[in-house]
Amino acid sequence: MEIVDLVPEVLKNNVMITTIDGLFKWARSNSLWPLTSGLSCCAIEMMCAAAARFDLARFGYEVFRPSPRQADLFIVAGTLTWKMAPPLKRLYEQMPEPKYVIAMGSCANAGGPFADAYSVVPGIDKIIPVDVFIPGCPPRPEALIYGMLQLKEKIRHPEIVQRTAK
Amino acid sequence: MHTGLLASLAAFITGLIESLLGHGFAAQLIMVLLEIIAIFAVISLAVIIQVYMERRICGFIQDRLGPNRVGPFGLLQTVADMIKLMSKEDIVPEKANRLLWGMTPMLLFIPAALVYAVFPFDEGAIFADIGIGVFFVMAIMSQGVLMFLIGGYASEDKYSFMGAMRAVAQMLSSEIPIAFSILAVVMVTGSLRMSDIVSAQTNVWFVCVQPLAFIIFIIAMLMETNRTPFDLVEGEAEIIAGPFTEYSGMRWALFFLAEYANLLAAAILTVTLFLGGWQGPFLPGIIWFIIKVLIVIFIFMWIRWTFPRTRIDQMMALSWKVLLPLALFNIMATGIGIYIYKWIY
Repeated sequence: MEIVDLVPEVLKNNVMITTIDGLFKWARSNSLWPLTSGLSCCAIEMMCAAAARFDLARFGYEVFRPSPRQADLFIVAGTLTWKMAPPLKRLYEQMPEPKYVIAMGSCANAGGPFADAYSVVPGIDKIIPVDVFIPGCPPRPEALIYGMLQLKEKIRHPEIVQRTAK
Repeated sequence: MHTGLLASLAAFITGLIESLLGHGFAAQLIMVLLEIIAIFAVISLAVIIQVYMERRICGFIQDRLGPNRVGPFGLLQTVADMIKLMSKEDIVPEKANRLLWGMTPMLLFIPAALVYAVFPFDEGAIFADIGIGVFFVMAIMSQGVLMFLIGGYASEDKYSFMGAMRAVAQMLSSEIPIAFSILAVVMVTGSLRMSDIVSAQTNVWFVCVQPLAFIIFIIAMLMETNRTPFDLVEGEAEIIAGPFTEYSGMRWALFFLAEYANLLAAAILTVTLFLGGWQGPFLPGIIWFIIKVLIVIFIFMWIRWTFPRTRIDQMMALSWKVLLPLALFNIMATGIGIYIYKWIY
């Protein structure tokens, strides 16, 4: 039995009930505050996504917080080198739960053109867990917005995601 | 005595409770509680509206749309943000002084809410019309800086600490121009009582009598409320998020709440001291009051999204070398003006 069925028929038009879980899912999916961080050129596209032409603010995702303590979403935008990997992991660990990660661009996904280089991490999922991968070199701002909307769907329907144990 | 809409409403409710209980004192007591609840509700609601306003105005100024997907016209965006902040993990830094660190967000809200006690919202609608109203506001507003200092110090974090030091420097240097610019208004009125200051502006608003004091007051108020171009306390390019760096979730939301409560208080103070308070033709006092406050808030936001951030030394130089001498000059000019006025009439 669905929880919605508990509402009497006469009140259907006036009463809206949900679970705390549903409310939190709604709130979290509608208020993803990214951490102000960019590793390289993908960050330019990320800035562009927040600017006037693409306007990430329409979805309420424009609040880029400088402190990881207040951020929900880590957009890893650019090439991650092994030297930068420890600070990146520390930033991720400084963020409060629930936290999400988007790997933006080919370098963050799989090392991109530098996949064979000794200094580049071949995909940030070697370091931190990733929720959404956005391909492209760099991905267009529309792609980033689409990726964030996919993350929104993922937060709303966590049951569709099956975690594979490594 | 003629009373405004709010005062009549309060008198009506008091009468209602009194007739129900048959006891005057109990009715007064319940009324005081109701008024406290009302002012907290107004502050909380005003914060949600202001955050939405800010994001839409920011979008308007930057040729964007701003939040418009969550709820009708994006009106539920701030609600979603607040619920999310409530549901976040609460991280306490290992080395922080837990007691002081945890108390700070709550303590900060006390001075932010306390100043509302002496603001005249409408004719006769003032919680405590004390004889030292302006002095009280100044004294309470200065308390805010203490919480920034405690919070930044207790975080045991270099950015928080530097942010706290900046907050102290900035607020000290903004308090004094504010005090001296208000002093000119007080000289013209001859009273520190808030309701006297409002009723002295029946014929002409003090923004016309004291234009220099008004400009100094607005600039210093921007410093006091930590808004761009003077948001050096949380200048994110330099010191992450200033004193708030270590605060997450609901604790940070309380800082946020206090910040916007302060902005509203600044707007109300501007309206009361310089723009005639609740006075205006045709419409009831409270409506005029709300219109004026919203316009002043819009001007604060307009300034915020138009100017870049200044450096800390530029801000200090502006405050101590420009605003303070101008305010002192303004006091002298006002004194001479009052003397000449008395000599003529």
